[in-house]
Amino acid sequence: MPDATGLELIAHDLREQVLGAVTDTQHHRGIATLIVDPERILEALAWLRDTPNQAYSFLASLHGNDYLPAAPRFGVHYELLNMDRVERLHVKALLDEPADGGLPELDSCVELFPTASFQERETYDMFGIRFRGHPDLRRILMPEEYEGWPQRRDFPMGGEPVLFTHNETQTPRWYE
Amino acid sequence: MDVRRTKLPSQARVASGEGSSQARVASAEGPDGDFRIRQLRARDLLRGDLSGPDLEAHVEQSVLTTTFERAVNWARSNALWPATFGLACCAIEMMSIVTARYDSARFGAEVFRASPRQADMLILSGRVSIKMAPVIRRIYDQMLEPKWVIAMGACASSAGVFNNYALVAGADKFLPVDVHVPGCPPRPESLIHGILKLQRQVQGHPDLGWRTRYQAEGTEELGDPTVPHGA
Amino acid sequence: MSEVRAEVRDESVRELAAGVTVEPAGGAGKAGEGGGTPHGAANGAAAVEEELLTINFGPHHPATHGVLRLLVTLRGEVVLEAHPYIGYVHTGIEKSCEDKSYWKVIPLVERMDYLAYYFNAMTFCMAVERLLDEEVPPRAQYLRVIHCELNRIHSHLVWLGTSALDLGAISIFWYCFRERDKILDLFESSSGQRMHTRYVQVGGVAEDIPAGWADKALAFTYDMEERVGQYEAILDRNEIFLQRTRDVGIVSEERLLGLGVTGPLLRATGNPWDLRKADPYSSYDHFDFRIPVGTVGDCYDRYRVRVAEIRESCSIVRQAIEGLPEGPYITTNRKVALPPRHELATSMEALIHHFKLVTEGFRVPPGEAYAPIEGPRGELGCFVVADGSAKPSRVHMRDPSFVNLQALREMVVGGYVADMITNLAMLDPILGGIDR
Repeated sequence: MPDATGLELIAHDLREQVLGAVTDTQHHRGIATLIVDPERILEALAWLRDTPNQAYSFLASLHGNDYLPAAPRFGVHYELLNMDRVERLHVKALLDEPADGGLPELDSCVELFPTASFQERETYDMFGIRFRGHPDLRRILMPEEYEGWPQRRDFPMGGEPVLFTHNETQTPRWYE
Repeated sequence: MDVRRTKLPSQARVASGEGSSQARVASAEGPDGDFRIRQLRARDLLRGDLSGPDLEAHVEQSVLTTTFERAVNWARSNALWPATFGLACCAIEMMSIVTARYDSARFGAEVFRASPRQADMLILSGRVSIKMAPVIRRIYDQMLEPKWVIAMGACASSAGVFNNYALVAGADKFLPVDVHVPGCPPRPESLIHGILKLQRQVQGHPDLGWRTRYQAEGTEELGDPTVPHGA
Repeated sequence: MSEVRAEVRDESVRELAAGVTVEPAGGAGKAGEGGGTPHGAANGAAAVEEELLTINFGPHHPATHGVLRLLVTLRGEVVLEAHPYIGYVHTGIEKSCEDKSYWKVIPLVERMDYLAYYFNAMTFCMAVERLLDEEVPPRAQYLRVIHCELNRIHSHLVWLGTSALDLGAISIFWYCFRERDKILDLFESSSGQRMHTRYVQVGGVAEDIPAGWADKALAFTYDMEERVGQYEAILDRNEIFLQRTRDVGIVSEERLLGLGVTGPLLRATGNPWDLRKADPYSSYDHFDFRIPVGTVGDCYDRYRVRVAEIRESCSIVRQAIEGLPEGPYITTNRKVALPPRHELATSMEALIHHFKLVTEGFRVPPGEAYAPIEGPRGELGCFVVADGSAKPSRVHMRDPSFVNLQALREMVVGGYVADMITNLAMLDPILGGIDR
């Protein structure tokens, strides 16, 4: 991992190159995280990938997170890896839920990292984050007609109630 | 002769005080007549009260005492070919019952047929997700009679370790299941034990398990396990 | 959209496939209904009407390793398009984990990639240990390595057995499962369960190995190497196997890196990327082992790489057993790991710790961690978000099979249907990991 000073250097360079990209840096337990403005995410990732002395050319993982009740609510995480120096950089883009009740949107990085194809579909499926420019954004794990975004924090866990002797006959359709 | 259902104690007490057994036998109905009537005739037979044509008629009408049916059921039970239906981790343990150490071929489950039309038994090994449930039902419908289902593992019998939005809590919500094999995953020996239980069911000696231990015969809810589904 | 690859082997097929552009698959993934536009044959002559055939492979299919559905568009025997549909064994494990304490997450997470259960548990435990800033004692690290490498051998054996079964070499299936049973005996002896053992715990391992286990494991490794030699003798220079796997499914290294593919698939192309060597964790740097790489990147190389990995894993297990240090098998931090039972009778603090750990579980300070390890299929990583309570706020597994599946289309398009089976076998997908 880039250590704390290394992380600050990266953030500094990125701030110079792509104005307004980096909003924050975190260094916790040896993991370096850059928090990037969602509108600039593509430029930031492209810079991190293409700049010769950065060269974070491998996207190991792309996943989402729901920070409810904190705001901004959604985070899309990019786990980048530089294979030559074996350094990992964690990039986060924090999204708010739009006020009109639509889906939060972010630019898709499939052009930069083709591996994002399935992983963005999974993030869309589980959190309802729409990726602009993804060639084939549809549900991947849930059935296509499923309604709801399962891994959001306010989505119920589902499943069946556990039957005990004291509540057995009160549960609907307990005899099944 | 095999009495398939033993009487409930309360019914036996009621029966002993009514009329003569001969009169009861004379008013008996056909093979799918009153279960109560058959119960009484079986009791009479055991006491030696039936004789002659009544005895023969009773023996013929009992569901599984014909030698031909017994032979057919014996043959079916010893040649149950499973359909490959490995869904998740239990599938790996299911694969290991065909290997040399836990050889299931010696019990008749010789070949795992890929096509459901050629299989007798569906071993549902693994968690049943809501996306997969209609597919399983379709495969089950494509199987030919007689067919049986073993729900292998905790996930196929109930929700298993999981209890959430993505799973159907047990395959018996949309399929009739004959044997549930507990375990996560069940040892190959457990699954073979389940197959043997199914064999005994098919042969007409359903292993009532805890019901015999707790003298709760007659509390089974399901239909006749020796009769194939849908027949 | 994409041109059909010209690297098809057969001359006549090359003619048919040359110059054909495949239209994008209708946006919503329904890859062309059965009747496509009739393409005239490349050599000109008219009056031959063709139709593209779209068929459905799976989800119930003997050769898809698990419930994978492929929607395949064929011209004759040549695959023009292949779209994977997954989610048939989606269990919602990641969501279930948010409801359980960290200790209870371990059995859930183990059931994701169901052939690499030690790895799943290990990557989760490493992420939590990172958040807790917890040290794992050296003996526990060695025990973890031993069990993980045995699990890697086990996973490769099941892969080899089922792949050979798909390709027709059925006897390899029996042999591999025979060895696999020996490994499962070792697992049962050390943890009580054959699969999903819950052996790797946060801070170390659940129990120490019993007496005699080390000797049995050592004897097994010698046995295993000899048997691997026997499997190689059957398959390595087998004419049929060579014809089915040589030059099949070649994807370039850059393309694989772009697709995020790691593990034996990447190593078959010649890139020696292995997290055990590149970024050693859990004492892997104490062991001396080699990383097998291929040259061409076809299915044959993938097979050779995995079989060679079995040998290397045997060597690692031997070195770890011989060098097994003394000491505790789990961290002595009572806030994280259960105290030993004999202390409960004498020490009040031990009793209180035991009570708190069993009822509520340990609390993890807020933070996020991603811990990648080298699983049998590639980089297996676990992303844990802790919010200070006893339950994780988010657990996400970066599963290698999920990412590797994206490479399937590149491998398969332009080849035969039979090659698709070979590619699928050599890709080693585990649907439990893909669908989670």
